[in-house]
Amino acid sequence: MRKFGALIIILALLYFLGSGLITDLKINRKNNLSQKTARAYINRNVKNPEINNQQLHGKTNNENTAANSVTAVIVDYRSMDTLGEITVLFLAVTGVLALLGSSKNNRIKLEKPNYILKISSKFLFPLIFLFGFYIFIHGHLTPGGGFQGGTIVAAAVLMMYFASNNYRVNTTDIKILESLSGLSFIIIGIFGLFILGDFLQNFLNKGIMGELFSAGIVPIIYILIGLKVSAELSNIVKEFMGDK
Amino acid sequence: MINNIINSWVFVYGPLSIFLIGLYGILTQNNIFKLVISINIMNLGVNLYIIALGYVHNGIAPIYTEKFKMSGENFVDPVPQALVLTAIVISVAITAFFLAVLIKNYEKYKTLDIEKIKGLEND
Repeated sequence: MRKFGALIIILALLYFLGSGLITDLKINRKNNLSQKTARAYINRNVKNPEINNQQLHGKTNNENTAANSVTAVIVDYRSMDTLGEITVLFLAVTGVLALLGSSKNNRIKLEKPNYILKISSKFLFPLIFLFGFYIFIHGHLTPGGGFQGGTIVAAAVLMMYFASNNYRVNTTDIKILESLSGLSFIIIGIFGLFILGDFLQNFLNKGIMGELFSAGIVPIIYILIGLKVSAELSNIVKEFMGDK
Repeated sequence: MINNIINSWVFVYGPLSIFLIGLYGILTQNNIFKLVISINIMNLGVNLYIIALGYVHNGIAPIYTEKFKMSGENFVDPVPQALVLTAIVISVAITAFFLAVLIKNYEKYKTLDIEKIKGLEND
């Protein structure tokens, strides 16, 4: 009976929401960025958004030179939101630690670790680690960034937990890494406040778009976010897999 | 015509049905773990719909490369993608916290069934 009622609610919502959203789609099909806020972000010219059709790659720009527009929005134009996002993740990890850290849970043990996984994880762990670092160091040039790279690093840690029953993450390393990277993020923001007058403003040399050393503080902040996210997610993995 | 149908399926009915599958799970399941997963599935549907709103016909990823140097190129909208990245991270954080609470709950009541926990509370 409960399932039947739920099914009726679902079908009614599918009909009404679907017919309502189809009109949205008709607007969406004629979508171009000339009427949207995103145009200013893509042109890297929020102060004077009328300019269009200029070459940006291989040149310098006085607002932002990160080649990846999503990174430019997240770490430069809206970096205050990213700080809040980091804080939410940090609070969640603190909650997990407060709930699970005090009781010494037994480590989840596999009866018989897979032999192939046990051997190959030793080769794969540094490679996956390196790939995660590549993702967040090149966050301003290629798809990816701090959050994605941090998740890959945490996945490598999870793989090591599944591969052997004796593997444990060093907790003090994680704590030092996490607090240092979080602190440096805020210190960089305060430097921007003192040098140019706004919190998290880009005070370094902007460089040339498309090069690794470009976009000022954007890659530095993304590397710090990557380290912080990888430490936090590894900590979550460690807490869920048990301590003893 | 067929193009229009495919587009409406991909952009409207696909994310909407994923969202409604999650809602169905919330309405019918008793197990707390399944409720957490249902909330995650609803989150996925909303995220896919927001990404689809930024679609531009024949658009490319909003990244300047050697091939696409000009700002007038057909980039897709980067703002929904940035929003969804934030939403994904927050959903991961909420899921982790939720699961920790769930483990504590299981240690206290030795069950994950909501109805049984309610019965234990009333006694």
